[in-house]
Amino acid sequence: MIPGSFTYYRPSSIEDAVKFLIDHGDEARPLAGGHSLIPMMKLRMAAPTHLVDLRGLSALTGIGEVDGTITIGAMVTQAQLQASHLLTAKLPILRETSALIADPQVRSVGTLGGNVANGDPGNDMPAVMMALDASYVLTGGAGERRIEARTFYNGAYDTALQAGEILTAVSVATPPRHHGYAYEKLKRKIGDYATAAAAVILTLGDGKVASCAIALTNVADRPLFAEEASALVVGTACNAATIKQAAEAATAITDPSGDGRGPAEYRRAMAGVMVARALRSALSRAQGA
Amino acid sequence: MSEEIEKIPVTITVNGKKMQRFVEPRMLLVHFIRDEISLTGTHIGCDTSHCGACTVDLDGLSVKSCTMFAVQADGCAVKTVEGLANADGTLSALQEGFRMMHGLQCGFCTPGMLMRASVLLRENPDPTEDEIRYGIAGNLCRCTGYQNIVKAIQYAAAKMNGRDFQEAAE
Repeated sequence: MIPGSFTYYRPSSIEDAVKFLIDHGDEARPLAGGHSLIPMMKLRMAAPTHLVDLRGLSALTGIGEVDGTITIGAMVTQAQLQASHLLTAKLPILRETSALIADPQVRSVGTLGGNVANGDPGNDMPAVMMALDASYVLTGGAGERRIEARTFYNGAYDTALQAGEILTAVSVATPPRHHGYAYEKLKRKIGDYATAAAAVILTLGDGKVASCAIALTNVADRPLFAEEASALVVGTACNAATIKQAAEAATAITDPSGDGRGPAEYRRAMAGVMVARALRSALSRAQGA
Repeated sequence: MSEEIEKIPVTITVNGKKMQRFVEPRMLLVHFIRDEISLTGTHIGCDTSHCGACTVDLDGLSVKSCTMFAVQADGCAVKTVEGLANADGTLSALQEGFRMMHGLQCGFCTPGMLMRASVLLRENPDPTEDEIRYGIAGNLCRCTGYQNIVKAIQYAAAKMNGRDFQEAAE
């Protein structure tokens, strides 16, 4: 399969990349790892006539922590997330999630920025970023702005990203050392998108849950932050009854379509199962830490 | 539209040889390898980044060359299955493993399997069976059921670590 023709531009700065996007309007797209865009171009479901390749922009690489905030460049690959000692120590849910994305070859090239900016409800990192209450740095003609992951997604492939803007980094407040975390993903096979998946981040204090955030992947036209379900867990010991209640509350906000992964009812039910598993796993990790 | 798009120069070092060509930006890396420089060991299987038959090394990482433009590899070093044998032309331990353990039947997936496994063994020189299976999860084989491919990689790992591999092919 051969994609449509396009002109190719490799900028030497983010400013040049933004200028290129602004100059070419709707016909232009940024190219990160390309593992969502190139397959769509090969199917001619996407036909941008100008591509700006972000590879080689060193400002978009790197993982660092300053004053309790971890910042990850948009072009950091899934493989680099998995290999990062900093993330393994301080934000282990990213490593856990990356390991469930696609396969080794795709993880060599696929980027965090592409995964969160693309707006595909099947992408795994958006729900994780919602659970972490991460924010995205968007760079456009007027400079930088920040937006919370929880307000970034409007619908399938519809995000707060404006024309001429590039998502340049993801930042997360470093969670407390002994936080609990889990990403539970049900999929048919390696490389598949989730039938349903859930991300949980929680902290404990005095034997009770002090904070909890639950988010869901691929059970609606966008990733979902399960606010009510999260609140139900806070202040409790997170026993079986609470987990059941939270799973039900999370299930209630899902609206999946039926597809090859199963009918909608099944995927809704599996969203609840994933929430329950992720809560149990996050709790035991927080207790064991 | 397409005739107006200018070809641009790319330089890719393939199996140690610097290859310079003018290509359309939309040319996929796998087409560069197969059509421009006539190395047809790299296969096109599913053409949708699932099957891994097109796997090559790009600067030491395994990538699917059907899901990358040649221009993205400009300035990079690519290694294909043609570059896998030892310098004297004898089979590498991994190639020998595939031969000794019958790690192929029709052979279509084999170049991709070999390229992926070669990087896997560099990253993890003595993998467990589970690590091998997870490591080759992006490569599909429709003949072998993977048993002998896993054994082939175990054979290579054993040989590279100075051990004998005792198991027989199935």
